[in-house]
Amino acid sequence: MRKDRTEMSEDDDRSPPLDLRGADIAESSSKTRNCSGVTGSVAGPGPGPSSMDFQAPYPDQVLENVLENVLQFLSTRRDRNAASLVCKSWCRVEALTRSELFIGNCYSVSPRRATARFARVQAVAIKGRPRFADFNLMPPNWGAFFAPWVLAMATAYPWLEKVYLKRMSVSNDDLTLLADSFPSFKELVLVCCDGFGTGGLAVVASKCRLLRVLDLIESELSDEDVDWIACFPESGTSCLESLIFDCVERPINFEALERLVIRSPSLKKLRLNRFVSIGQLYRLMVRAPQLTHIGTGAFSAPEGVALGDLEPDYTAAFAACKSLVCLSGFREILADYLPAIHPVCANLTSLNFSYANINAEQLKSVILHCHKLQTFWVLDSICDEGLQAVAATCKDLRELRVFPIDAQEDIEGPVSEVGLEAISEGCRKLQSILYFCQHMTNAAVKTMSNNCPDLEVFRLCIMGRHRPDHLTDEPMDEGFGAIVMNCKKLTRLAVSGLLTDRAFNYIGKYGKLVRTLSVAFAGDSDMGLKYVLEGCPRLQKLEIRDSPFGDAALLSGLHHYYNMRFLWMSSCSLSPPGCQEIARALPRLVVEVISNETDKLNGDDTVDILYMYRSLEGPREDAPGFVTILQ
Amino acid sequence: MESKVAYENIELNLKATELRLGLPGTHDSQEASLFGARNNNKRQLSDTSKECGSKGSASDAQHADDHETPPPAKTQIVGWPPVRSYRKNNLQPKKSEAEASGIYVKVSMDGAPYLRKIDLRIYKGYPELLKALENIFKFTIGEYSERDGYKGSEYAPTYEDKDGDWMLVGDVPWDMFMTSCKRLRIMKGSEARGLGGGV
Repeated sequence: MRKDRTEMSEDDDRSPPLDLRGADIAESSSKTRNCSGVTGSVAGPGPGPSSMDFQAPYPDQVLENVLENVLQFLSTRRDRNAASLVCKSWCRVEALTRSELFIGNCYSVSPRRATARFARVQAVAIKGRPRFADFNLMPPNWGAFFAPWVLAMATAYPWLEKVYLKRMSVSNDDLTLLADSFPSFKELVLVCCDGFGTGGLAVVASKCRLLRVLDLIESELSDEDVDWIACFPESGTSCLESLIFDCVERPINFEALERLVIRSPSLKKLRLNRFVSIGQLYRLMVRAPQLTHIGTGAFSAPEGVALGDLEPDYTAAFAACKSLVCLSGFREILADYLPAIHPVCANLTSLNFSYANINAEQLKSVILHCHKLQTFWVLDSICDEGLQAVAATCKDLRELRVFPIDAQEDIEGPVSEVGLEAISEGCRKLQSILYFCQHMTNAAVKTMSNNCPDLEVFRLCIMGRHRPDHLTDEPMDEGFGAIVMNCKKLTRLAVSGLLTDRAFNYIGKYGKLVRTLSVAFAGDSDMGLKYVLEGCPRLQKLEIRDSPFGDAALLSGLHHYYNMRFLWMSSCSLSPPGCQEIARALPRLVVEVISNETDKLNGDDTVDILYMYRSLEGPREDAPGFVTILQ
Repeated sequence: MESKVAYENIELNLKATELRLGLPGTHDSQEASLFGARNNNKRQLSDTSKECGSKGSASDAQHADDHETPPPAKTQIVGWPPVRSYRKNNLQPKKSEAEASGIYVKVSMDGAPYLRKIDLRIYKGYPELLKALENIFKFTIGEYSERDGYKGSEYAPTYEDKDGDWMLVGDVPWDMFMTSCKRLRIMKGSEARGLGGGV
């Protein structure tokens, strides 16, 4: 039974039948795309939009038309990448129907090449710097500039709606070009970016009239002081849905923000910076009880305002936010205000206390209401006792991050294996954990591996370097071994503590799904790295620092480097000739040797930092002086 | 290959046979394990480097150096622990701000000509507070018990809470006391005795 031609539309999710009747094909082809290099219109017998000379479409084109109608429903990039490998025809068609472009390493492909292949992109995600650069392991200004990308997209994708950038350098000029070039622009998300300031934000705010999302997450802004909040259009309703600026370290125009919130009925996510006091938060909350995500800003009153003075009913304000599911902020918390959030605790799925210096007692009063909590970020100031309280209540917990309030090596830590075990006992559905501590035991890690089979991300940071199991004095090999053995879904692993090659043997043997591995101050010899490179077929991102792995180990990964996003090795035992050998053997790999001038202790000729990644473009032209690209 | 990685079979207890001038048992056990581990590392490295034909001499030399130098436990290493500086910096200012705002309350003592003012935040708990009060007004407070209040002296420390009631100091947890105390009064004589036990 065929549908009437006029009813056929893109929304019909049956595959259109393979039909040589041109009219059908012309209709669908005019809806989905402009052309794929075929000149002239294709017409057919019977009623239809075009009735020119009849030209039977050749089989290739029919196939492509059909494919297009089918492939447009593929959403994940994994599926799309697979489809594009079938044959050239599928590759072409897939490229035409891909609307979301993800570039995992901005140097793996040039903007020109990407925009030439994918012609109809509406959303772009680009990642830049390597993650270890976040910890000052590399001089600044290494690269990852947004400029060439926005330049290319300005002409290639005039209909662009969304941009997501992580660890990129974005300038005010880039933001201005973005605001000028994309009239339909809707979403800007900048994570761990730098290079821009409030001036750039002002341009985006004033020119992007359809802006729905402006999210700045852990980004570092330059020192300028432009009143960007006042630049949002003052009249009419704003379509703003999400405004996140908790990382902006400058005061903001609160009156303008209040007016903006009042005229943004669709606003769901609002994360304030620490320059917004609790009194100001109150004013915003009563205007926007529809909020689902709140970043509370300072959560205290500015100095000079005493407790007990006429204070608004914060508890009532929270109680009015019936849809609130995510709470964060508490940047300068005065714990006395904490009880105000009690009304929303029962509905919270995400709670971020990772900037709040609160103790176990203060946490307990809050956490005992949070039965639905799935994501919890916190400081170790809550101690093992606080973690025990979390374990007792948050049975649905999926993600836990425990950050150190005092990130040093040789102090008594407030959390230990006791907290970890408690969590593993109480939170059986745990999928992701990041845990900073001073001391750990193999037994506790093993217990977690047995209790939490759904673990996909296990990142344990024992802050004392080379620290063994503090009860048995043994290396932490067995604990991490148990994790890779028992957690069958593990894709991301970060190891620490005293580790021998044995730990890496375990990882290579059992960590078959591991995609990301972070190693620091671990291993005995080249064997460690070899085990991993030879054993982990899914390994994509490998970052290693201060471990005794040398050239021979590096060579053992030749078969795999083209399948990886990157390899980072700093302060290991690599030599320039050793790295050169890799560069010669793999021409499509960019092998960067980065010199860390601050590290003058190197008397011998070892490589400070090796950063290598596959690329279609060869050596990049914007490398700074401290980067040498081997060939 | 597995035999080379059989770490747990090698127990080099050099410490036991070492001649030292220190008292027995004074050596840090942590140091010992580190030391022991490193010895084992060195042994393994020379074994495997022969097998792999790696740049054995260079890496061996480097590890021999490591073995000689003391464990780098105390030096601050760049980028370790791996906490982003954004996160580290955002915790420091907050702490000092909290300490800067004190909780000043008036303290009156029955019979004293004038009042004093103290900052509750500088005391960690009741013992310190009571000791400070004793010093300021030159008197002794009795022994606190939940049942009988302060026994053994004619003074009793009391405070006015947020509701305007006069309460005996020491009944509630310290944190709760700090936030609910509006002023202190050291009662004397028959009034003080009336506050013991009961209500």
